[in-house]
Amino acid sequence: MLEVVITIGIMLVKMVIVLSVVMLMVAYVTLMERRVLGRMQVRHGPNRVGWQGLLQPIADGTKLFFKEELTVDKANKGLYHLAPVIYMGCALAIYAVIPFGNEIEVLGRVIPLHIADINIGILYVFALSSLGVYGLVLAGWSSNNKYSMLGGLRAAAQMISYELPLGLSIIGVLMLTGSLSMVDIVNAQEHVWFVFLQPFGFLLYLICAFAEVGRTPFDLVECDNEIVAGYQTEYSSMKFAIFYLGEYMHIIAVSAIAVTLFWGGWRGPFLPPVVWFIGKVLAFVFFFIWVRATYPRFRYDQLMRFGWKVLLPLTLLNIVVTALVTLII
Amino acid sequence: MTLFFFLLIAIVTVISAILVIVLRNPIHSALSLVLTFFSIAGLYILLNAQFIAAIQVIVYAGAIMVLFLFVIMLLNLEKEKRVSEKHPLQKAFGVSIALFLLGGIGSIVATGVLYGNMGTETAAKVSAVGNTKAIAGLLFTDWVLPFEITSILLIAAIVGAIVLTKKEL
Repeated sequence: MLEVVITIGIMLVKMVIVLSVVMLMVAYVTLMERRVLGRMQVRHGPNRVGWQGLLQPIADGTKLFFKEELTVDKANKGLYHLAPVIYMGCALAIYAVIPFGNEIEVLGRVIPLHIADINIGILYVFALSSLGVYGLVLAGWSSNNKYSMLGGLRAAAQMISYELPLGLSIIGVLMLTGSLSMVDIVNAQEHVWFVFLQPFGFLLYLICAFAEVGRTPFDLVECDNEIVAGYQTEYSSMKFAIFYLGEYMHIIAVSAIAVTLFWGGWRGPFLPPVVWFIGKVLAFVFFFIWVRATYPRFRYDQLMRFGWKVLLPLTLLNIVVTALVTLII
Repeated sequence: MTLFFFLLIAIVTVISAILVIVLRNPIHSALSLVLTFFSIAGLYILLNAQFIAAIQVIVYAGAIMVLFLFVIMLLNLEKEKRVSEKHPLQKAFGVSIALFLLGGIGSIVATGVLYGNMGTETAAKVSAVGNTKAIAGLLFTDWVLPFEITSILLIAAIVGAIVLTKKEL
């Protein structure tokens, strides 16, 4: 009985820690994005609230919290309120299977540093990311606004088109590991990180990940010069904030998956594993911001053509070559 | 514990499946269908078939239903209007066909599942090797012919879709 209580207690503590760390990271990644973009565009960015602008996220959060809550009169109320919840919930649930460190020992008890190690870990992640689209599509439809609607439709088409190459781009890693569990994938990279064995697969994953979270150069879902702000046009106050947080959670989640699948997860010399993991994830987030400051947006037909006629054949080619090489060696 | 979760998920499945045909707004119907697929995935997990559950969510709840929603939104379907002109025998036909189907499914369940021969792949056996490995082993040895025939069927469907939608090839 005591054993059960302790096990459940440890699980709950881990969940609370992961949730708070993710929330904290999301808050400060928004600041990081604005500051880094500022530096890249040769301006300062927000640096007034607190030292180097460190209190800016708290100020923004407070502002959004106290803003007036608007609901469109002709909106489909239930779905309108449900959409942000679906979007953020799916992003948050991904963190359950990401191993962020090795085992640690607390009071003679070995605690593995991941919430759950399920044997289909990576498929669970894809299942959640394919459900996350509903948040965007329903937000677009239920707002009763043509721009929101167009954003929602764009989101649906874009996610469907890029989910396929995203899933296929990691098959190479799964072939090398022989397991779908995230923990096994990290353990298989003890000697050599998969980015060196699967450089092509990593590049394809990265491109698809950009499209999947809808970031520049694939941010047609909220393309401001064509469709105002896409699916989130009619959202205000905390509902808008939840979409915003969900987007950053998705960015951090795809970065964490890239680190886990290709960059050795928490492995690294000298420093403790958790530090390595968070450092690598932040490096990826920086890369996302860097790309945003560098590249213009795709046109919509280019996006579709690129996804189906370039990325999909390339991912299939990557699988065939990996299979041949593993067969020969 | 398993029975409790089974009953919970089964009730959600049946209720959401009924909602698919009862609700008048096509978007709401489609969303109920998503919930149905999702809870069926839950039933698969209770059977230790995690791989099938994940594929169920990715393919049905994720990809196919998003396309359904996409089409419904593009067509901008109004709320379904109740048909006023009814043929007098319509209801009788509907009820009899439904009863016929119910009887068919019921007899299969009664004879095949409850009293028929049990399959060799029990949940305990599958969880020992891992669900993904068990499926792959069966799919590429004993069932490789149906598997390949399915792929030919899918390719035929893809070619058909392209021929139908492209005006000039």
